[in-house]
Amino acid sequence: MSKIEEHFDIKRKHGLHARPATLFVQLANKFDSSVRLEKNGDVVDGKSIIALLSLGGNKGARIKLIVEGEDSSEAMDELKSFLEEDDD
Amino acid sequence: MIKLKGIAAAGGVGIGKALVLIKDEISVPKRRISHDEISREIYRLEVVLIDTRKEISNLQRKISKDVGFDHARIFESHFLALEDRVLIEDVIFQIKNKKVNVEYAFSQSINKYVDALLKVNDEYLRERVVDIEDISRRVLRKMLKEKAVSLSDLKEKVIIVSHDLAPSQTASLPKEMILGVVSDIGGRTSHTAIIARSLRIPAVVGVEVATKNIKSGDKVIVDGSKGLIIIRPTEKTLKEYRGKLAAYNKEIRAIHIPKALKACTKDGREVRISANLELPEELPLVKEFGAEGVGLYRTEYIFLGRKDLPLEDEQYKAYLKVVRGASPNQVIFRTIDIGGDKFLSQPEVPKEMSPFLGWRAIRFCLERTDIFKAQLRAILRASSVGNVRVMFPMISGVEELRQAKNLIEECKRELKKEGKTFNKNIPIGIMIEVPSAALTADLLAKECDFFSIGTNDLIQYSLAVDRANEKVAYLYEPGHPGVLRLIKNVIDSAHAAKIKVGMCGEMSGEPIFSFLLLGMGLDSFSMTSPQVPRIKELINNIKFEDAVKAVTGALKLSTAKEVENFLKEELKKVLKDKFYRILMI
Repeated sequence: MSKIEEHFDIKRKHGLHARPATLFVQLANKFDSSVRLEKNGDVVDGKSIIALLSLGGNKGARIKLIVEGEDSSEAMDELKSFLEEDDD
Repeated sequence: MIKLKGIAAAGGVGIGKALVLIKDEISVPKRRISHDEISREIYRLEVVLIDTRKEISNLQRKISKDVGFDHARIFESHFLALEDRVLIEDVIFQIKNKKVNVEYAFSQSINKYVDALLKVNDEYLRERVVDIEDISRRVLRKMLKEKAVSLSDLKEKVIIVSHDLAPSQTASLPKEMILGVVSDIGGRTSHTAIIARSLRIPAVVGVEVATKNIKSGDKVIVDGSKGLIIIRPTEKTLKEYRGKLAAYNKEIRAIHIPKALKACTKDGREVRISANLELPEELPLVKEFGAEGVGLYRTEYIFLGRKDLPLEDEQYKAYLKVVRGASPNQVIFRTIDIGGDKFLSQPEVPKEMSPFLGWRAIRFCLERTDIFKAQLRAILRASSVGNVRVMFPMISGVEELRQAKNLIEECKRELKKEGKTFNKNIPIGIMIEVPSAALTADLLAKECDFFSIGTNDLIQYSLAVDRANEKVAYLYEPGHPGVLRLIKNVIDSAHAAKIKVGMCGEMSGEPIFSFLLLGMGLDSFSMTSPQVPRIKELINNIKFEDAVKAVTGALKLSTAKEVENFLKEELKKVLKDKFYRILMI
């Protein structure tokens, strides 16, 4: 059981809103690890659509992704590549 | 005790228990639960969430089949909200620790998140909020299935508190059970306000945070004259207001209803005071308050709150009832004013950036001539049994008037061919509510039989003020010199062309302005029925020549405030003191 933290910028055109947020939550829920996101000191549960939407992750926002659990490295890889995807 | 200030929408005092409505008429009761009930409430949460999932799943399948897979995807976020751990945990936390019923816990949790989401300034997110509210309503409706509060089935008298009441909701209020109405949004001329006034229910609108501060069951005082609400009042305040309530009722009775139908000044100027009619149920009020017929019959109600369009025969029957009810006095029909803030479910009208400047009223009717002609035919047929006039809303220039008149001629020819009776000389008028119409009143007067000034819209269009926007509502001033000049021009132009001019806006029922308008030469005043007696009483007790003098003075002033103060002073001079006080309640 390991905890991984990583910083990155959101590259998606619409940030973490609406559909991307929905997809992110669906993706996060596939893993056993806990998934949390931090922006400007606010930490939210990445498996909750409501919590994630309230974070307001615009394009370019600096985000810390915190993944903790058995499958944390696998989860981090997939979630990070999803978030960094540039869909322009 | 909390005091909140809003907009005084309908006079009077109401004291009673609050019933808070959330959108779609769902009322969420708060109930303390015992320790033993906790597991049952959590079980109810699970059952309802599972049920709702099934429901949405079916809906999604149906939409996927009927409309396409892409559209069905919008439900994905609905699903996620239903399975949302943070939300569900929060609801369970509240049930367990705060010991409240599941409906209440759920609505509190949802509200918390909606508030958080609204704080993020983002267009996309706002749409998600709509989704979340939608799903939350679906869940709440399920939870409350057996206990849903139906407004038409109230057991005790209540004060209705809501974010905003839709016209159809307001219209369905059982008035004998409603002590007062409070809403977060809306202005003096919103539908909630107009209907509350016509039903004589004290109302305060535009309170902004009423639904946030009031819970169902709270004792609330509604002071509709001051635009004040007091939540959970102290015993002392309550006592003071009970006194006010009694005094108010007494003063209202002090204004007797004059026997004569006509209003006539002491020096012999006769004017017509008639009533605005929103719903046929208000018809008895027209006679009760001594109004001379119906000066504005709003016909929208037949079209609203239903899926299909009313056929000509259905309209004809409804109109016949109103015409017969008002007989032998006249009824002025205003053809449908759809658009702006009132929409039909059929046909679907695309969302507009500025609905009040958009496809509404006569503009809508001149394109949808099928809908328009069915109404015109029904009105024409009803004209055979009584004193009927017809007028068109939102006329902005002569062109529209001509087109509408051509359609009336077309309907007359058809009816004649079909052997149906109608008044072939039915007087045709227009509403003057667009500034361009007010400025070209001389041109329009040549082509119609009468004018009716609709001040609610005329004021909002000429001052560029959205009357429902609380932030700018203070700019909505009937006494603005710009508005007064427009009105003066309309009245003078009508008289130069030898046609009559009336007013059916709120302004005509406000004593200081009735006084001014009388002096300007207005021929008829139309207002909500309960306003009729005091305006008639006012006119019967003043001299036309005093009113004419007041006009000269008022038109020299520079601001609405100056105009209002001046008119109050003038009115005070010409009326007895006690009488002045009663009139100005």
